[in-house]
Amino acid sequence: MTVARSSSPASAPGFIRRFRLVGYSLIGIVAYFLLLAFMLNSTATAAQQVANALTLGAIYALVALGYTMVYGIIELINFAHGDVFMVGSFVALWTLTSDPIFNVVGLGQTGIVTNIALLAGILLLTFTVSMVLMAVLNMGIERFAYRPLRNAPKVAPLITAIGVSLILQNVIQIIVGTGDRPVPQLFPTDGFQFLGANIRYLNLFIFLVALVLLYGLQQFVSRTRLGRAMRATAQDQQAAQLMGVDLNQTIAMTFLIGGALAGAAGVFQGQYLGYVRFDLGFNAGLKAFTAAVLGGIGNLTGAALGGFLIAFLEVFAAANGQQRWSQAIVFVVLIVVLVFRPAGILGQQIGERA
Amino acid sequence: MTGRVKGRTSLSRATLREFVDVHRSTSILLGMALVGVLLPLIALVPPFNIFQNQSVWVSGFSNAGVFVLLALGLNIVVGLAGLLDLGYAAFFAIGAYAYAYGASPFSGQHFPFIVLLVVGALVAATFGVLLGAPTLRLRGDYLAIVTLGFGEIVPIVFLNADKYTNGTNGIGGVYKPDIPFVEFTLLNPWPFYVLMLVLVTIVMILIYRLTESRIGRAWMAIREDELAAASNGLNTVTTKLMAFALGASTAGFAGAFNASSLTSVDPGQFLSTVSFTILAMVVLGGMGNIWGVALGAFVIYTVQIVFLKQLNTFFEGLPFHVPVLSDVNFVQYQFLLYGLALVLMMLFRPEGLFPSQRRKQELHAADAADTESSAKATMEEAL
Repeated sequence: MTVARSSSPASAPGFIRRFRLVGYSLIGIVAYFLLLAFMLNSTATAAQQVANALTLGAIYALVALGYTMVYGIIELINFAHGDVFMVGSFVALWTLTSDPIFNVVGLGQTGIVTNIALLAGILLLTFTVSMVLMAVLNMGIERFAYRPLRNAPKVAPLITAIGVSLILQNVIQIIVGTGDRPVPQLFPTDGFQFLGANIRYLNLFIFLVALVLLYGLQQFVSRTRLGRAMRATAQDQQAAQLMGVDLNQTIAMTFLIGGALAGAAGVFQGQYLGYVRFDLGFNAGLKAFTAAVLGGIGNLTGAALGGFLIAFLEVFAAANGQQRWSQAIVFVVLIVVLVFRPAGILGQQIGERA
Repeated sequence: MTGRVKGRTSLSRATLREFVDVHRSTSILLGMALVGVLLPLIALVPPFNIFQNQSVWVSGFSNAGVFVLLALGLNIVVGLAGLLDLGYAAFFAIGAYAYAYGASPFSGQHFPFIVLLVVGALVAATFGVLLGAPTLRLRGDYLAIVTLGFGEIVPIVFLNADKYTNGTNGIGGVYKPDIPFVEFTLLNPWPFYVLMLVLVTIVMILIYRLTESRIGRAWMAIREDELAAASNGLNTVTTKLMAFALGASTAGFAGAFNASSLTSVDPGQFLSTVSFTILAMVVLGGMGNIWGVALGAFVIYTVQIVFLKQLNTFFEGLPFHVPVLSDVNFVQYQFLLYGLALVLMMLFRPEGLFPSQRRKQELHAADAADTESSAKATMEEAL
């Protein structure tokens, strides 16, 4: 495994590497499908479960990226990130139920928009609002809660991160209460037939948009000037600064991108799950962080891969009727990875830094 | 008596300080005895006697004692060793369930109270070691996420393994403490209060003596500069593990007592919110300072349980309507307040309200740029 951090520049082997990764992923998905089909004794149900796993995985991957980028650049476990994702899902809900959209389009609680152009417009608007607001929120959190503590003992920003997480959760709880809030469903419940299963267009949409975002991020980090600054800062803050990298700007940019991705994931979450709740971000955050560690913390491709793997595991547990243990299983995975391969699947072996 | 004598007050203060310096354990004993006598008396005086009567206060104090124990234990991990444990309630739960298995009709066992206190502490410490051993070898901040996960999982396990734990309902009818010549009933809060005082005093003295020992100085050395501590020959992994296990055992101890005084355990008592509450207590009180942490825990618990609730009843009971305050449910704001407290304290007063001298120095070292000298001083003491 000599796959370097995503930070390595795209070169000739990069093309082969990417090709190989796609190949392995496809093999993995097919193997997973066969395993499920064998266990459930039905290809239709197995195909349905694979679709669910890929959709859920896309959401986890987007959240995990926020963790891995922040950890990669300032070595902070941003506990508030899961809650930013949760706030994003609420912003999406509020956008969809806001008067202009609600009146003009006439969305019901389960309103289905059949006009494709209108659907695209509403989605675009929802994504823009949620992504922009979450980017700003995440940047604000960095500015006020983490930046002043950049040179403080390590435990200090971790404690403020927990504090911010509590604040976000409780502000939302005070605004909307503790119950599930139903989200207007934009996508029709029917879809296309695949191996006897009815795969919803929503699943396909989430998966594809997530792939586009992941690819875009990969390109941004490896090809743009700011992306290079981010990689440099991740490797060595001081040296990067000496080379003329604006540290504050670069770190703020990292939080901005992480927040935007969490905002997008929040929109997906509401559409996929059908409801949102104030405490959903915390658990999702825990799973996403596990995904980031599993893939190799600091590694973008690894975080995405980890997100899908965790989702596969969870759906597998659910398919066996062990849904209530899924959280525990994910946690055991975290411990096992930390014990046997702390660098994760794609990560480099990084020595312990005090 | 050394030092120039300026007047009567400064003489007695100097004498007191000298006494405290020399007879540290004795002064904790005396201090706790004083606190133990004063608290029930304070409950009789206005404004405190308006809120609730003395026996309710006293039983509240013994519940607060549980949180004082928890905060003292977490202080070893967060305050002394500088490790972040975000799932501390898990060890609390393990201690409580250990007690419930040892003394309840559910398991059909009834071991003596004192034995079970120790067993609760040991079982929790074992889990602490099992969790800490693999994680503490890694970077310090991985511990935070692993303990966070552990804190989420333990209640889930107690909830889902209903064959062994009775699920949501938990284990009821747990036996109350059995100590010869003392009768513990739910109606009389005094025996619990005195027992709690004794336990808190013992734990405080133990932790105090640990802090001032070689291992305590090793913890602080690791907290201040792990690399330097390791290069000076400290085994950082075992030292950190020791802090983690001791912290866990204190929580187990508190859990066992809590199970015996509430006479029931259920998964809902040990959610992650409890962990965050304890963390807020330690941070507010002043990481590293035993008295500060104990006071922080006591004050936060009392505010949370008594004042926020009383504030609601107070505004509801008023003959006229106060615009915002009458409609607000203050208890609901409690975690928002903890969150704000954690952030604001870290930003503006990281040493807490009642700081320990060394921690204060260290936390402000970043501005003063004298980290090295303070770390060096600790290092020299530790070795």
